[in-house]
Amino acid sequence: MGRKILLVTTDQQRYDTLGCNGGTLARTPVVDGLAAQGVRFERAHTQSVVCMPSRSTILTGQYPTTHGVWMNGVPLPVDAPSVADELHRAGYHTALIGKAHFEPFLDPFFRFTENAMASTTGTEPAGGVHRGFEHLEMATHGAMGPLHYARWLMAEHPEAVDGYYPALDGSLQVNAAGGGDTGAPQVKVNPIDRGIYHTDWVADRTIGWLDGLDQGDDWFCWMSFPDPHHPWDPPESEVGRIDWREVPLPAGYPEQASEREAILDGKPRHWRLWYDGTLVSNYEAPADWVPATLTADQVREVNARNAVECELIDEALGRVLGRIAERGWDDDLDVVFTTDHGELQGDFGLLFKGPYHVDSLMRLPLIWRPAPASATPPAVVGRPVGLVDLAPTFCAIAGIGTPEWMQGSALPVDDADADQRGFERVLTEWDSELFGTDVHVRTIMRDHWVCSAYLPGTSHDGSEGELYDLDEDPLQQANRWDDPEFRAVRDDLVGDLWDHQPAPRRTRLALEAPV
Amino acid sequence: MTASRGSIRHAIRLACPPDDVWAVVGDPPRIQEWFPGIVSSSVEGDQRVVTTRSGIPMPEQLLTVDPVLRRMQYRITAPMFKEHLGTVDVHDLGDGTCLVVYSTDADPAPLALVIGGAARAALANLPHLLGLEQPAR
Repeated sequence: MGRKILLVTTDQQRYDTLGCNGGTLARTPVVDGLAAQGVRFERAHTQSVVCMPSRSTILTGQYPTTHGVWMNGVPLPVDAPSVADELHRAGYHTALIGKAHFEPFLDPFFRFTENAMASTTGTEPAGGVHRGFEHLEMATHGAMGPLHYARWLMAEHPEAVDGYYPALDGSLQVNAAGGGDTGAPQVKVNPIDRGIYHTDWVADRTIGWLDGLDQGDDWFCWMSFPDPHHPWDPPESEVGRIDWREVPLPAGYPEQASEREAILDGKPRHWRLWYDGTLVSNYEAPADWVPATLTADQVREVNARNAVECELIDEALGRVLGRIAERGWDDDLDVVFTTDHGELQGDFGLLFKGPYHVDSLMRLPLIWRPAPASATPPAVVGRPVGLVDLAPTFCAIAGIGTPEWMQGSALPVDDADADQRGFERVLTEWDSELFGTDVHVRTIMRDHWVCSAYLPGTSHDGSEGELYDLDEDPLQQANRWDDPEFRAVRDDLVGDLWDHQPAPRRTRLALEAPV
Repeated sequence: MTASRGSIRHAIRLACPPDDVWAVVGDPPRIQEWFPGIVSSSVEGDQRVVTTRSGIPMPEQLLTVDPVLRRMQYRITAPMFKEHLGTVDVHDLGDGTCLVVYSTDADPAPLALVIGGAARAALANLPHLLGLEQPAR
């Protein structure tokens, strides 16, 4: 009998939303407890700040350039390498419960396996496994579409379906409609009963799958919560936990418009163009919403609702861990808690995400509670790591070798381990093409610097960049790219960035849907 | 603001005579043979209705079926589309190969990506359907 692995991911959750990372809004005692017993990473970065590329990195252990999912809407090939496959072949039972998103959601032809599977073969893939998972029960934000949660809600609680915020508008654009008390975009009062909200459904279905396993089974379960990704429509019964009127404004939100605009003007031009509503380079940012209209109260309300969603996730995770303890598995259980990418959540006067490589989007919560039986001492790791390192970590936990196609390394257990094994830098990339607009960014975080280089595109000529000193400027408001004083630092980082670019996939995958 | 209308284009080069390709893509009832996720179709006059695997019936108007130009154009008339134009052109490259170009224009723009993405997969089905090993180089 080996170690069991529970991978817990959320969607679009900021580093600073956990109590153990200094967050003060959401109460997250369960994850904080895991952090106290395990390894808490202070510089975990995503390799892409949108869902599909990032989730594909978690599954494959490869950078987006290599696995080929360069943007949302580009499907990961069904035969792409998968850590779940490795674990399944090693005798692990494998499940993915919650949000997968390796394939596009908008799919009226059911061309993509995950959409077709949910509507035909149920939870067991035809052929036994899909991407290495022998059991899949999928959900996404809200109750539309063919996935398991939506179908279950439609069948069992049809009256609850319309309580969710409609993620898309009548033109199939990401909805810009506002709601709540402040009219903030993607906010809605949702009367749904908490027990049937997707967060608790994911936990319930996880417990259901675990209950079907034999005591001696080894298992890998990816429990994937769709929250706190927008829309921000948690069960209304829970919203009163946090009064948005008492929520402090984020440190990264300058209250004066002139101050926000001055900061944005110091960055490459697509930042300000989006703020002013003249350039949208990411489908998931509502095309009809102008960030410059965002008010301080809207920032407060979004942050309050986001924090409620984080609390519900923490409580749901607590229920799952309780059930695992009842089964007597806790001593052999590794828990990894993380997310796919962050959320701007008011920083710089912006919401959502896009080609903006700052901590808001790149820096992730990452907690690894190794199995107590491994006697791994608790630690805080400050060295840079990435989601690309998760798959090798799972292989190491399972006692199987790291396949040569994985590009990361098993997570370090402390900084000394990180130094010994060369955790010096972490890379993030962005490539988007959306109706005549393309943006391409490559970023390195090393030492106390974040450096982004822009490749030529419709908004950039390839000379632009961003350089931030995280020690002196933790909010990344002062771009040093063009400052002669930092030219040597910039040149060194850019050289290192290009020296460590991953190998590209042999053939380029096509964008096949908006998301 | 983004434009409400989107335009997508995909192409494939095939090592076969253009008439062989046209026999498939220029024959409206044969759409489900090569377009993924379409399970049935019916044609009456210039009206075609295709049904997707998800059960959605999609009414279409056939605009151009020109065997001389080898051009097929159609419009999806389902209410979710404010505007749609699909164009399939088969170009003879004069070297024993041909170029098949599938263009999708739609308002709302996201639908251009959805239909255009499926059209790319439809083109990728052609070599197998025509008994070719792979696209021409």
